[in-house]
Amino acid sequence: MAAAGRLTKVMAVASGGGHWVQLNRLAPAWDGCEVHFVTTSADQEAGVVARAAARGQPRPHFHICTDANRWQKLRLLKQALELVVIVLKVRPDVLITTGAAPGYFALRLAKLTGARTCWLDSIANAQELSLSGAKAGPHADLFLTQWPEVAKPGGPQFKGAVL
Amino acid sequence: MIFLTIGTQEPFDRLVSALDQWAATSGVPVFGQLGALKAESYRPQHFPFADFMDAAAYEEKLRAADVVVAHAGMGSIISALTHAKPIIIMPRRASLGEHRNEHQLATAERFRSRSGVWVADEPSALPALLAQLLSGNAAAGSIAPFASDSLLDALRGLIRGVAA
Repeated sequence: MAAAGRLTKVMAVASGGGHWVQLNRLAPAWDGCEVHFVTTSADQEAGVVARAAARGQPRPHFHICTDANRWQKLRLLKQALELVVIVLKVRPDVLITTGAAPGYFALRLAKLTGARTCWLDSIANAQELSLSGAKAGPHADLFLTQWPEVAKPGGPQFKGAVL
Repeated sequence: MIFLTIGTQEPFDRLVSALDQWAATSGVPVFGQLGALKAESYRPQHFPFADFMDAAAYEEKLRAADVVVAHAGMGSIISALTHAKPIIIMPRRASLGEHRNEHQLATAERFRSRSGVWVADEPSALPALLAQLLSGNAAAGSIAPFASDSLLDALRGLIRGVAA
């Protein structure tokens, strides 16, 4: 729970492309919260601000980090350090991510600071979990797949999908 | 207008060259978003393209499109469905060096039966699908504006601090 008198801080994290598109389809879940989006490209800010305004929600905060895939070790390190700064500055109560690398780092960091966390594995993974999901999931309070066939006792669970 | 979009990470020469061949004789305008091209990547001769597009430019091309042609990536599929545009997807194959694993084959299988989505398993399937969709024989798919209620409720429970 957030301390009395302030809104719950939700940090919503995704890398660009499909992960980001899926994250945005979760928006009604954090209505009424103080929302902090984190992604890898600055040009997405106008869109999230407009979509929040269209639904009568306050303007969300927006943070960017370096884009990196699992082969780009130096960029991954830079991304992780940027996320340390963002997570320590915001101190979210809740961390929700659809992946991939920035979601993994942000989830591990937010968990260390005491946040409740959710890993929602991408709907692109219809047969097996993503690599980042398999690594991050066991650390998440809510570990979800979007395909019932991928769900297992002990996680990930299936609770529905982004479409 | 046909909007070709293949994500930002890897080239997809099989799809780009197939659409280029079609564009050479079809007379239908095409615009391509081709991601990170390498020196040896195929470059279209018959339609304009960009490697990277910002969110606003991408949105504009999507709105203007009659049909979207894409790799079997979730960003492309959800974006086309959101804008009620018919979409043809062709899965990338890791066996041909087009992706890290074969998950796009699974995506294509799962979305094959969804209205508004057509699957080109091979480049050779593309011309007939384009002809069909451009002849107005394309019931665009629809999509709810947000994720399923059960998923949103699970997240709301986490946000409120109630155990899932």
